[in-house]
Amino acid sequence: MRNNKSGFNGVWILAENRQNGVSPVSYELIAWGREIADALETDLTAVILGEKLKGRLNSLIEYGADSVVAVESPHLAFDLSDIHSNVLEFLVRKYRPEVFIASATTYGRTVMPILSAKLETGLTADCTSLSIEKDTRLLLQTRPAIGGNVMATIKTPFTKPQMATVRPKSKKPLKPSKSRYGKVVFEKIPQRFLQSRMKLVKFEQNENSDKPLQEADIVVAGGKGLKNAKNFLMLFKLADLLGGVVGASRQAVDMGWISYPHQVGLSGKTVTPRLYFAAGISGAVQHIAGMSSSKYIVAINKDPEANIFKIADFGIVGDLFEVLPILIKELEKERDKSE
Amino acid sequence: MKIAVLVKQVPATDKVKIDEKTGTMVRSGFDAELNPLDMYAVEEAVRIKENFSNGATVVAISMGPPSAKDVLKDAISMGCDEAYLVSDRVFAGSDTLATSYVLSAALRKFGPFDIIFAGERATDGETGQIGPQVAARLGIPAITYVSSVKEISQHRITVERLVEMGKETIQAELPALLTVVKEINEPRVPDLAGKIRASVSNIPVIGAESLNIDVKKVGLNGSPTRVIKVFYPKLSRNGKIIAAKNVHFAVKELINFLKEKSII
Repeated sequence: MRNNKSGFNGVWILAENRQNGVSPVSYELIAWGREIADALETDLTAVILGEKLKGRLNSLIEYGADSVVAVESPHLAFDLSDIHSNVLEFLVRKYRPEVFIASATTYGRTVMPILSAKLETGLTADCTSLSIEKDTRLLLQTRPAIGGNVMATIKTPFTKPQMATVRPKSKKPLKPSKSRYGKVVFEKIPQRFLQSRMKLVKFEQNENSDKPLQEADIVVAGGKGLKNAKNFLMLFKLADLLGGVVGASRQAVDMGWISYPHQVGLSGKTVTPRLYFAAGISGAVQHIAGMSSSKYIVAINKDPEANIFKIADFGIVGDLFEVLPILIKELEKERDKSE
Repeated sequence: MKIAVLVKQVPATDKVKIDEKTGTMVRSGFDAELNPLDMYAVEEAVRIKENFSNGATVVAISMGPPSAKDVLKDAISMGCDEAYLVSDRVFAGSDTLATSYVLSAALRKFGPFDIIFAGERATDGETGQIGPQVAARLGIPAITYVSSVKEISQHRITVERLVEMGKETIQAELPALLTVVKEINEPRVPDLAGKIRASVSNIPVIGAESLNIDVKKVGLNGSPTRVIKVFYPKLSRNGKIIAAKNVHFAVKELINFLKEKSII
């Protein structure tokens, strides 16, 4: 949409509805949106689509949104990309926000590109930082490319809304406040926007999935050095003690030791946890691309020359089969102490 | 049935290493390759051709500089029937929106296609936006993160896709666009016949004029996003690296580190 006289106003974030409530990544997004809305001295609106939303939307206000625009329909029960983008297009054309951001999740990375093409406006993928350029009021969108080798700052000067997806874990949610008050509006959408050419036939929930890899605070990852599938049990134990989830290098996945959803790197997932624990991972460039923006990196590897040590904050050069059992024992002691 | 595969030429990733002095990643040489995830897209398209009872034609399309002919030859060596390179100076500097505009025009010219495949993202830009944007421009469903194609009939496709919380089975009417992840298959190594076919293949180059597009919507000037700054982050951290001569001591140090950072 070209910027014209009638103007565009306000900052929007796209919240995600999941079976058990609003997805936690939505609160991170609200924290980004709050910062941008404050810099622009405008309002922050959380937009959410789903089947049963009533009663679960106050949290969006408590975490920092000024208002909520919700669309509730049985047609929106699943994340079918055509209906969701149709409804979002309808809402954007009606309300005309100047900024619209979503999480760089499978949902955001599907619906937002479709929306950007429908609206003919710019979209920047996978941003790790957003800010406002003071004199132009434009959104500065900073993102890594080429596996984190390059960072680029991008802006969308001539079209609105300025759209971006933001990498999960790139910001902490604000502290929720029960005393915040905001309006929740349920929008009615004309039936013709709610037709899909797709349908969800089945959904199989991940086994042992308390948290998706990209949203975890702690990732304990294993590579070729683990030697077999059974040894990954050690990592699951370690992840359990640290309150994290298990990741893996491409080699470990290709050997069939662990399934593809655990793969971190260029052909797998990109993660930004507080702690990335790499056991038996040498640190191929393709792997580093998926985890180099982690807050802290710990590595255990036999080879002192391994690439992973260059990017580690703490490393142990040694045999992981000696180190991990002792580490697990020590962490169990720590846990028992605190209980 | 007519199937298209969108492919991209990207810099070869294994030529990149961390520079000792600057701590940033540096690329040695200018080697380019077929985007790794696109190989899975090509493979899946060719498998459908091989298994679909009524037969199918697979067309590979790439937008890029003249050198991108190489990756189209790779696609032919893996079994694609035809390949077209969409290339023109006026396309230079196109962002994803402009690129999707050009590619959708090419897909209209050489289509209509029943299924369009693309890799989930390319290893250079890593946006993953082209697939869904092309689908939007063609007005067809986009199914992303596809890990398995379960069933295909003349008018319908059933696939599995990987999302954060699990695996969805989705049924869509054709035509549809699918972006694939690497779990979907094991790309073949081209055989000799494939390599010969690729080497003698003629890959037409399609410019802006023959696509019937508005040149104001392509290239740098037609792109709504602008890169205003590029910088090279320092990746090396100069961390504390210790040898596990005394394993108990090393683990104690590690525990201390985790405590210091309030991880435990």
